[in-house]
Amino acid sequence: MTMDADYLELADVRVVFDGFVAVDGVSMTVLQGDLRFLIGPNGAGKTTLVDAITGLAPATGSVRFGRTELIGKKVHRIARLGVGRTFQTASVFEELTVLQNLDIAAGAGRPALSLLRRRSSVPPAVEEAMDTVGLTSQRDRQAGALAHGQKQWLEIGMLLVQNARVLLLDEPVAGMSAEERVQTGELLRRIGAERTVVVVEHDMDFMRSFATSVTVLHAGKVLSAGTVAQVQADPKVQEVYLGRAEVTG
Amino acid sequence: MQALFSQLVAGLSLGSVLLLAALGLALTFGQMGVINMAHGEFMMAGAYTAFVAQGLIADAGTSLLLAIPLGFLVGGVMGVVLEATLIRRMYHRPLDTLLVTWGVSLILQQAARDIFGAPNVDVRAPSWLSGSVNIGVTHVPAARLFILVLAVGAVVGLSLLLKMTALGRRIRGVVQNRDLAETVGISTRSTDRLTFFIGSGLAGIAGVALTLLGSTGPTLGTSYIVDAFLVVVAGGIGQIKGAVIAAFGLGLLQATFEYSTTASVAKVMVFVVVVVFLQIRPQGIFSVRTRSLA
Repeated sequence: MTMDADYLELADVRVVFDGFVAVDGVSMTVLQGDLRFLIGPNGAGKTTLVDAITGLAPATGSVRFGRTELIGKKVHRIARLGVGRTFQTASVFEELTVLQNLDIAAGAGRPALSLLRRRSSVPPAVEEAMDTVGLTSQRDRQAGALAHGQKQWLEIGMLLVQNARVLLLDEPVAGMSAEERVQTGELLRRIGAERTVVVVEHDMDFMRSFATSVTVLHAGKVLSAGTVAQVQADPKVQEVYLGRAEVTG
Repeated sequence: MQALFSQLVAGLSLGSVLLLAALGLALTFGQMGVINMAHGEFMMAGAYTAFVAQGLIADAGTSLLLAIPLGFLVGGVMGVVLEATLIRRMYHRPLDTLLVTWGVSLILQQAARDIFGAPNVDVRAPSWLSGSVNIGVTHVPAARLFILVLAVGAVVGLSLLLKMTALGRRIRGVVQNRDLAETVGISTRSTDRLTFFIGSGLAGIAGVALTLLGSTGPTLGTSYIVDAFLVVVAGGIGQIKGAVIAAFGLGLLQATFEYSTTASVAKVMVFVVVVVFLQIRPQGIFSVRTRSLA
């Protein structure tokens, strides 16, 4: 790790909805180049934690991206600082084309009036992102008409054009075919080398294939953390997943 | 044939007025879901803008042409002020919005009375709009033809903005998926404000156009607000093409009914038709899965 490398540092993050503690004092640090998987049973607070980091859920504690405190900042400000996310239900602007989706993300910080000018060419960053996620051949298709997996890739592409330094991906391979999972995993490895990536995932095979480190959440708390092997060997994890052969097996 | 044709013209003319009145609402109500009862007062403000412009510039033609962008600006600024002070505090609370904006509309009417006096004022039509144009079978008042052109121009302009520019795509994006828009770094607050500016500005333009058809008074907006909402609902929420078809459809219906009865009875009949139509097709002419523009 070099001195100026990015990192995401959570300290005692708590999210409370109407007395219900969804995230209960989570602390963790994710370094650049790390492909961190966030796993845990349903209701463990994984998505809520992502919501807290990106400003969609009100949280206390501290979320620092480098030297910048994120808690208390507005959602679009956090996004512009380089902390991007995807949603569980592949969220794209369905009625716009692939290219327009990427273009919206690329121009998100531009003032409204500058968006009235017509541009003759596609910005290189957009072309590059489209190529990275493998959607160049689909550029003029309506995003709503894409296959489910392609929508997920488009969402990741939108993070790339925003120059997101931290990528928080909420179940990126849910509903994907085996082949698409492998492609997605390889994509994450490619883009993850120089970024900080956190993946919320249920798919344990996918986790074993691609995770460099794992944090297990349970009932809003960090239950265990470490490498895949360490986490799998942890008796506490085995207890929570009792009867769930996919973790121990 | 002659009668049929003049009905058609009357219907199209009425439709174009309805369309101008409803186009802004198609944005603020149809897209953003805000029930803004003060929309009519933005039209009234546009009409008074034309009146003031004429007071400053004697030439009726110049002042009218100048009043169109000015009316847009006045309506738009009033809209932004209303959005920033009141409406933004009550998104997702339609009943509160309705009541509060209705209150605002009463205040604006009284303000107009205080500033311009209770009696109606008149805006002189320029000489090139005071005659009528012979279109073969019948004569059309030039002013009505001008409003038709203005309405079509406004629709084309708005559609181009929404479809062809990155700004329009941002507005559509925010409407389609608010959370996603925020997380890709778009400020949905400022986009909302801008959308409201454009929608309210269009009301201002409608107000300027109305000065060509009759005199201007503080209650000008109240006579159009219900019709405007009717157009947006009948056309299908969130659809500009729906608003266009509904406006001209309702205009033609009204004109046809008026041919055989009085204006008031015709209005009642139009309402009945719309109510029956919405029973059969509650989503309006166009159904939308996700709300989308253009």
